[in-house]
Amino acid sequence: MTLSANDVKAIADLAYIEVNEGEVQATLSQLTDIFDLIETMQAVDTSSVEPMSHAQDVAQRLREDEVTESDQRESNQSVAPQVEAGLYLVPKVIE
Amino acid sequence: MQWEIVIGIETHAQLSTQSKIFSGSSTAYGAQPNTQANAVDLALPGVLPVLNKGAVERAIKLGLSVGAKINSPSIFARKNYFYPDLPKGYQISQFELPVVEGGHITIQVNDTEKSVRLTRAHLEEDAGKSLHEDFHGMSGIDLNRAGTPLLEIVTEPDMRSSAEAVAYAKKLHSLVRWIGICDGNMQEGSFRCDANVSVRAKGSDILGTRCEIKNLNSFRFLEKAIDFEARRQIEILEDGGTIRQETRLYDANKDETRTMRSKEDANDYRYFPDPDLLPLEISDNWINQLKDTLPELPEARRSRYISDFGLSDYDAAVLTGSREIADFFEETSAQLPNQAKLCANWVMGEISGRLNKEAIEITACPINPVHLAALLTRINDGTVSGKAAKTVFECMWNGELEQNVDAIIDAKGLKQISDDGAIEKLVDEVLAANAQQVEDYRNGKQKAFNSLVGQVMKATKGKANPAQVNTMLKNKLDS
Repeated sequence: MTLSANDVKAIADLAYIEVNEGEVQATLSQLTDIFDLIETMQAVDTSSVEPMSHAQDVAQRLREDEVTESDQRESNQSVAPQVEAGLYLVPKVIE
Repeated sequence: MQWEIVIGIETHAQLSTQSKIFSGSSTAYGAQPNTQANAVDLALPGVLPVLNKGAVERAIKLGLSVGAKINSPSIFARKNYFYPDLPKGYQISQFELPVVEGGHITIQVNDTEKSVRLTRAHLEEDAGKSLHEDFHGMSGIDLNRAGTPLLEIVTEPDMRSSAEAVAYAKKLHSLVRWIGICDGNMQEGSFRCDANVSVRAKGSDILGTRCEIKNLNSFRFLEKAIDFEARRQIEILEDGGTIRQETRLYDANKDETRTMRSKEDANDYRYFPDPDLLPLEISDNWINQLKDTLPELPEARRSRYISDFGLSDYDAAVLTGSREIADFFEETSAQLPNQAKLCANWVMGEISGRLNKEAIEITACPINPVHLAALLTRINDGTVSGKAAKTVFECMWNGELEQNVDAIIDAKGLKQISDDGAIEKLVDEVLAANAQQVEDYRNGKQKAFNSLVGQVMKATKGKANPAQVNTMLKNKLDS
């Protein structure tokens, strides 16, 4: 798979990262190396191997469905930059 | 050209747990902003999600009631996107190996039965809420809803009309409430549908380009949005245009759908297994335990009503529309063996009609099944006519005389006259007073007979048994 400068820009866009032209080229070459590595690994036949979804071979523990938390709004909001009427205020975003 | 509409539906059902899917915060609706959002819901550094057993159980129950496969292990994945009401920067959802895979739901439209295949149903967390009113040019964020457990139920593109889509949505809505996994409150957003709509030439087996209409929170909107969207697409195609794949919103005020975002600017969610959550293992033992807790399912009850009670398909389907109505019917008919049809008629007729009129649920019905059965018993043994029974019903609804059926019948003088002697006397009087009509009847005028019946009924103040009056009149006139 070959990556283009436009792909790098699209990825940066998705990640909300600003990159300049020079960084695009540098990132492109780094990412290309990574894709080469992936390609090498993909040459291995893994058809009989079950995909690993977690590094540890243990199962998820579950908690009972109980409310264990009380209202901590005041302390949670004490570190927020801006609050009003119990809401966290953020720069306006409408998609 | 003849067009065919193709519809698939994704439904987000909010699961009726006490606490959130990955934290111990309450999920109660309507609390003050951010009072039910803890460190996990806020995505503070260092926190870890711990999966709620109750949410998994509800997903398994849905799977069991639609004949689906329950995956074990089942995997949680991160769906990445940036929005302020999603503080982690990703939503924990499922991608590969959802808890529920496959299954189907049977719908009935115009007496035709159809099976809608389910693709999957997966667990995920809801996001918070953004309020865009003016906070000095900023947005307000309420994270109470963040982390609320959702089950997203996805169908194959199996529906062919808005009527089928609505039938499916209603069936699913009834099912999730029936098995107690979701309260189904559409106004509060506990049950919301997205419809994927495309059109194609009738007879074609290639799917057209689809548009997804988001967040339809009533059956009526679902129907209207699909109708509008199908018309829009057909018009474009008939004008020689092409459909652009996009996400659209339904505007109920204007009754139209409009573009929300096109595929080009659609997000790439970069799903990957969430390293904070281990694979979920669901043992056969656990599945079997849950199977035992499931109530008799609507489809099973429907068949039973048809085979054991001799009800029509239609009656059986209406009565199994909700578990509460089905229970009400069964409790009534348990008091009146072999009178299922009479019970069904009254539950679907008077009771449902009155509940609708007053906009109350059957659980709040002022007349209970025992009282209703007492009234139906009096219709059945001929004490009151069907008409008089409706008057008794009104009195019972209003709580008169402690809803004692016999006391109401006595107090209102509604007892049907079935004493042959008393009716015969009135019949004789009417015949004597209407010589002309008797003559007309004997000359073959059927109308004259009806008029005579009417006069006898009037003379009894409507309390005679019409069938009895009929027979008696006929005997006298024809003798």
